[in-house]
Formats: sequence, C-alpha cells, structure tokens
Amino acid sequence: MVKNKKSIKSSGSKDLTIHFMPYSEIVKENTIGRIKKIMGLVLEGKIIILQGRLNPYEEARLIENSMTLIGNIKGFQGIEIAAVSGDKDRGVFERVRFNIAKILVGEQDAITIIGPATIVKEIKRNPKKIELMLQRK
Amino acid sequence: MIKIMRNFARRIFSGIFSKRGEIKLGFYGSPNAGKTSLANRICQDWLGEDLGKVSKVPHETREIQIKEKVILEKDGKKVEFKLIDTPGIATKVDFEDFLKYGLNKKEAQKRAKEATKGIIESIKWLDDMDAVIVLIDATINPYSQVNITIIGNLIARKIPILIAANKIDLKKADIKKVKGAFPEYEVVGISAKEGKGMDDFYEELFKLIKKTR
Repeated sequence: MVKNKKSIKSSGSKDLTIHFMPYSEIVKENTIGRIKKIMGLVLEGKIIILQGRLNPYEEARLIENSMTLIGNIKGFQGIEIAAVSGDKDRGVFERVRFNIAKILVGEQDAITIIGPATIVKEIKRNPKKIELMLQRK
Repeated sequence: MIKIMRNFARRIFSGIFSKRGEIKLGFYGSPNAGKTSLANRICQDWLGEDLGKVSKVPHETREIQIKEKVILEKDGKKVEFKLIDTPGIATKVDFEDFLKYGLNKKEAQKRAKEATKGIIESIKWLDDMDAVIVLIDATINPYSQVNITIIGNLIARKIPILIAANKIDLKKADIKKVKGAFPEYEVVGISAKEGKGMDDFYEELFKLIKKTR
C-alpha cells in the first residue's frame, strides 16, 4: 500500500507545456527506457509530440504502465494518445522503400501525441488530422 | 496478489490441459463496445445460457470471463471453442465518470480500481488467444488509438482477427466508416443485442478459424 502518494505535477500556472520529442531522443532507448521517458514527461503535466510512433508492444506497455499508476499517483487518471502515420496511399516501389526505411531508422513518418488525461480531454482523429481537446479548469 | 497468482496458475494449467482442436476465441475492444453482449449471443445461440452480465455503465466486465465447450456447427462440421471475454481496454479511467451512472463515490472508486486491473489482465491475455473478435462500436468514431493498439498487437502476434462493427440496429451506426478505417481486415456488421447480422458473423467466424490451423 502506498502511504504517501506522489501526485501528478502541475506547472502551477495555467500554462500549457508542449514537449516536442524528436525520434533521435528515443531511438537508442529500449522499451522500458522509452516508456520511462514518456511517462516522466506526462507526470509533469506535459503534452508530448513525438516524431514517429511506438510499436504495438510499446503502446500496450504504455497503457499497462498508465493503469498501474492510476490510484498510486494522486490526480493521475491515465493518458490520451493518438498516432497518425504519413500518406498510406503509396505505390509498390514507395511501399518497399518505406518498409526498408522503417527497418533501418524506425517509423519516423508519423506523429504521436501523448498527454495526461487530466489535461487532454480527448484526441479526435481521422486518417489525416488530429484535434486536441483540452480540459477546461 | 492472490488473484494475480490464481490467474497465472489458471493460465498455465489451461495451457497444459487445453484440448487439441479447442479454439481460444477472445473478445477485445473498448469498454461498452459489446464484447459481453456478443459472447452472450453466441452462448445463447449454441448453449442456451449467458456468459456474463452486461450494463450501460462502462467497465462492467472487470475480470476475464471464460466459457468452455462452446460447440458451433456448420455443414456437419463441429468446432469447439473456448470463449474468452475480456475487460474493455482504455487509456484512462476516472472514477468520477461512474458517478454519472448513479454509483456512490466509494463504489465508483472501487470500480475504477478494478477496471485498471482488468485492462492490464486483458493486455496480458493477448498472447493466449488463437483468434480474436475485435468489437467496434459502429456508432462512434472508429479511429481510436485503443482499436489501433489492439489490432496492431494482434497482427504483431500473428493472431487472426475479425472485426465486428456492433450496434448496427442504432441509427447513428456507420459500418462504412468502420470498413474505411480498417480496409485490410474483414468487417462484419452486427447487433449483438438484437441478433442482427449473426448469420454473416458465423460465416466469417468459420472462415477465421481456418486461419488458426
């Protein structure tokens, strides 16, 4: 049982911090390192714009990690996450080139937005755009 | 802790003693997508009994529910299923959301705590499935990260999937949108509650199980 619960940090003002995370910042990290880095920023109340995307296993681990923290970190209710990939209507040659690049340097042709659920109410997405709905305090 | 160990032991033993030919069919999706309703519909159609309780309050299923020896028959061929109904996966759980449904604070907090554990369990069980029905509520935007993460994880594990666009009995349902969101996969429109589209569903289910062998 956690007696002294940690709490999700807030900047103290009504400022909103958006943290841009280039792919180079996580490329050398393993799954645990990536999740630790992302959750660290989320618990500081920041919205992360990640260049690229996590793989499905990492996305699932991120959700698991968030669920573990709910109830143990005061005020933490989970995360909002959305990823959009680049143009999917590629020709055969383009697709082969994309897949080779994906293996070599990861899927950088995507953007992932991750934020604490207490700040990000909803991320509306369709294939081509993302709308970020923030909580009104 | 005891529950985790019990679940772990159950998974180990169910793996050892699972019968050859029995197909472990999982039901995955967001909360209130209709996983238990569909599992109940299948159980009613073939066993004449329910698998679990359904409710309008999200996260009604907070533990894995299993129904064994569900035998489906098509063209004289019998297939034995083990139906595994999983808690809905979400990226956030706020106990205050449950207050809107008339739960008191204590009940809501308890439900939220159980829901978070249920989500973790659902993710852990992904490895144990032979095939999965991904339930998508056809009345809401299908481009949710939860749907994408679930499908991505199943594909990465090479587990065959069938997408069931549920609630087609409702006016707001848009099956074309679900098909448009996941064009690479088979999508079947159903109403688990009303029993609509179940013939097509069983047709697709038998096609799906061929991919598991």
